[in-house]
Amino acid sequence: MIKKLLNSDFIAHYGSVFVLLLLCSYYSYATYGEQHPISPSAGKVLGKRIAAEVGDGSVLIVIRNTAGDRTFAKAIETELKARSVSVFGTVAGSPAEIRKAIEQAGESGQKISAIATHQPGSLFGPLREGNINKLREKHSALSEVQVVFPKSYFWPSFLTRENIVNVVNQNADIAIIAIGMTMVIITAGIDLSVGSLLAISAVMTAISLESFGGADASVVTMIACGVLGILACAVCGLFNGVMVTFFRVPAFIVTLATLMIARGLALIMAVRYQASLSGGATEGTPEAISIQADAFNWLGNGVTLGIPNPIILMIVLYLSAHYLMSQTAFGRYVYAVGGNSEAARLSGVPVMGVLIAVYVICGTMAGIGGVVDASRFEGGRPNAGELYELQVIAAVVVGGTSLAGGEGKIFGTLIGAMIIAVIQNGLNMAGVKSYEQKVVFGGLILAAVILDQLKKRR
Amino acid sequence: MTANVLQKGVPLVEMRRISKSFSSVQVLSGVDFTLSRGEVLALLGENGAGKSTLMKILCGIHRPSSGEVFIDGESLTLGNTQAAQRAGVSVIHQEFNLIPTLTVRENLFLGQEEFVLKRLPVKQEKEKANAIFQRLGVSLNMESRVSSLTVAEQQLVEIGKALLLDSKVIVMDEPTAALSPQEVKGLFEVIRELQGQGISVIYISHRLDEIFEISDRITVLRDGTHVATKPTRELSRDQLIELMVGRTLEQEFPKRNVVIGENRLVANNLSRGRKVQDVSFLVKRGEIVALTGLIGAGRTEVARLLFGADHLESGKITLNGKSMRINSPRQAIAAGIGFLTEDRKTQGLVVNQSVLHNFGLPNLRKFSGAYGINHRQERNAFASFQKSMRIKLANPNQPAKTLSGGNQQKVVLAKWLERNSDVVIFDEPTRGIDVGARYDIYQLMNKLAADGKAILMISSELPEVLGMADRILVMHEGRLTGEITDVKNATQEQIMALAVQ
Repeated sequence: MIKKLLNSDFIAHYGSVFVLLLLCSYYSYATYGEQHPISPSAGKVLGKRIAAEVGDGSVLIVIRNTAGDRTFAKAIETELKARSVSVFGTVAGSPAEIRKAIEQAGESGQKISAIATHQPGSLFGPLREGNINKLREKHSALSEVQVVFPKSYFWPSFLTRENIVNVVNQNADIAIIAIGMTMVIITAGIDLSVGSLLAISAVMTAISLESFGGADASVVTMIACGVLGILACAVCGLFNGVMVTFFRVPAFIVTLATLMIARGLALIMAVRYQASLSGGATEGTPEAISIQADAFNWLGNGVTLGIPNPIILMIVLYLSAHYLMSQTAFGRYVYAVGGNSEAARLSGVPVMGVLIAVYVICGTMAGIGGVVDASRFEGGRPNAGELYELQVIAAVVVGGTSLAGGEGKIFGTLIGAMIIAVIQNGLNMAGVKSYEQKVVFGGLILAAVILDQLKKRR
Repeated sequence: MTANVLQKGVPLVEMRRISKSFSSVQVLSGVDFTLSRGEVLALLGENGAGKSTLMKILCGIHRPSSGEVFIDGESLTLGNTQAAQRAGVSVIHQEFNLIPTLTVRENLFLGQEEFVLKRLPVKQEKEKANAIFQRLGVSLNMESRVSSLTVAEQQLVEIGKALLLDSKVIVMDEPTAALSPQEVKGLFEVIRELQGQGISVIYISHRLDEIFEISDRITVLRDGTHVATKPTRELSRDQLIELMVGRTLEQEFPKRNVVIGENRLVANNLSRGRKVQDVSFLVKRGEIVALTGLIGAGRTEVARLLFGADHLESGKITLNGKSMRINSPRQAIAAGIGFLTEDRKTQGLVVNQSVLHNFGLPNLRKFSGAYGINHRQERNAFASFQKSMRIKLANPNQPAKTLSGGNQQKVVLAKWLERNSDVVIFDEPTRGIDVGARYDIYQLMNKLAADGKAILMISSELPEVLGMADRILVMHEGRLTGEITDVKNATQEQIMALAVQ
């Protein structure tokens, strides 16, 4: 029974799922601890509680001066107003500022029955038990005041919705590029140029968007500019493919050359563009070209149905790629070319066409990654995506695709990318420095490949 | 035929009650095997009968589940290749263990250098090597690269390596598969020379003619059991086939009754470099035309030109009366040509991929609908072939490399049958395939001919050529040197005369 399970196709292709689950459970265990919620939903619950429990006075909201805290305060306020509890005001700042604000509130004479805050806020000097008691005595308006904050509970901080979404979102671009890389590697090729192509796409998109639309570019212009950036990368992919097939240059060499050329072009474009902005007065800098159109950041920073848009894009692309590779003749051809290109050719597979197509797809994916990058950072960064090729290849390899070609699964790559992301996240949480993490990742890649070899030997 | 050099006393090799199972599959059960000094023993059996497993046990690659092996009366440590080598067992596999970029001498002594860092004793090595080849009665340039040698010469290097190790037994696995008839003759002289020096040879082959010519005794295995061991002269060809297959095949080559129709494929003045020069021929509906000649005569190259696998320099191909311009295998397939390549593993199959995917590869357009591949249609199509062609496999999703040679060939055949090509080119269709599976393949060829297909069969095996063809074309050094239309009265000598010119 167990043997049968171990030999099943699912384990052979997607055994890494269990590695991912194991990692997640380990990190959940390791980060298990008391949680002090500061989320908008916690604010809503708190508002409800105050409306139900606390007397007829108004409510003062005390927070730190951070973006997260402000959304928390906003949620409390909205909820209270919806339940027609009056809100005295929101105080954000240091303990000293808060003390002053509370004193003023006390002197105003309006009755305040509750101070709403969160767990870190409840530890502020002025809100501690002793100080509150003093305030109660001092000001009649504050005589019934009590400090309320969301209940703390025990939960792994790794396993919060916020953290998981964050991990996936941050690695969505790597995972998207890894789709194309998987196809290339299944044909026994490699594409080192993806990181540079990402930069080309980001810079092209930014420059064209600034030139054609500026701050009030229409949605159509934005889409057209994004497509332009992606097309530029597809053309670079075509170049790679043609070199590999017609000129029989090894893929490693071609794409290494493209890596350098494309990075150079991205920098040149950025510098020239910035020089042209100043009318040639300066030489220009290889810095990000900022995009004025605010709506453009919808793709990289927006949220649909509670899920960040890059994740949705990633899932859609993975589903399409999986369909392409498992259900269509093209997918079969890709595997056949990687497994034995001569046998494939003699079976009527258009080998050259398939090879060119996978490099074009890989370039296109890098281009999409570039548009997401430009949108996320609201600008085209000519230095974006440096060393991405290595991270992407690592994701593909950890996902079980063989560098020898002919084997590999699209969703294996997604799992590979997530394994790397989760380990990175866990190491960050554990306070491991980024330079120390490199050692771990090197070992991880080795382990993945050794595991693959052992599986084959069986 | 040869002077009887069998000696009385202790046999050189004795394997007793050998059994072997691989994860619950019994491959050998209680096989006894003996080999005398200076004897050429042919080991016969269908694919999967257990020949290779038995030999792998002898040379220490596999450890038997039970049983003992004695060499010269001494018990052999089982499952240890080095122990077997020390005891004097050498194996020459079908794929040679030579390093093509090194010279003959370097290959001969590879792994036997006494010091890793000391300068090599080149002179002594040369002398030793020359002495060995003199013993065999052949001459080879010690300093030429192995990659520049012919297959037959490479085989000699392998034999030389075995002699350098003072081997008493040399196992030859299908040694003539890639040799031309002349080279086979040369090999047989070498084998007789070895025999004269008291070295025993275990000869594995599917070519019965050769076995009758070279062997003293024959051991037949069937389904992992020992069926018979008899002196060669006491056996007839039919008896031998019956022993191997376990049933009587009425004849080796099935008969067919086909009306030969109009021209299907006409090739005019095909040329490409020196390999193919001005080759013209035609194949008609329902006809099987054999293309034969020595290895390297340009037969496969002609097929590759017809199939668009190589670029045609000049010449014209006409298919079903229409002139064709074929630039790639894809076009050839679309035009209705199928090509069963000579080498299944490197050209016919994507061996790591499933049998089903290999079967589907040229037929995906047929199986594809609006929403991608129709997997059920593909599976059903394969299942019907699996049944009608008796392809033995556990599951169509198993990798193609796990099948035996005969079954692999049937899978390749099935994918072209599904394609329903008008012209089918078979390049060495039965190489390395046992008698039973051969018969199946011949029957399929007959069926294709009966369906009005045109078949071009490339083969080096003259009995097969004479048994199957309606017409025989012979090539020599890139040119067609003759055509034999009266196949019934043709002889092997007649073909050879045309092949060597």
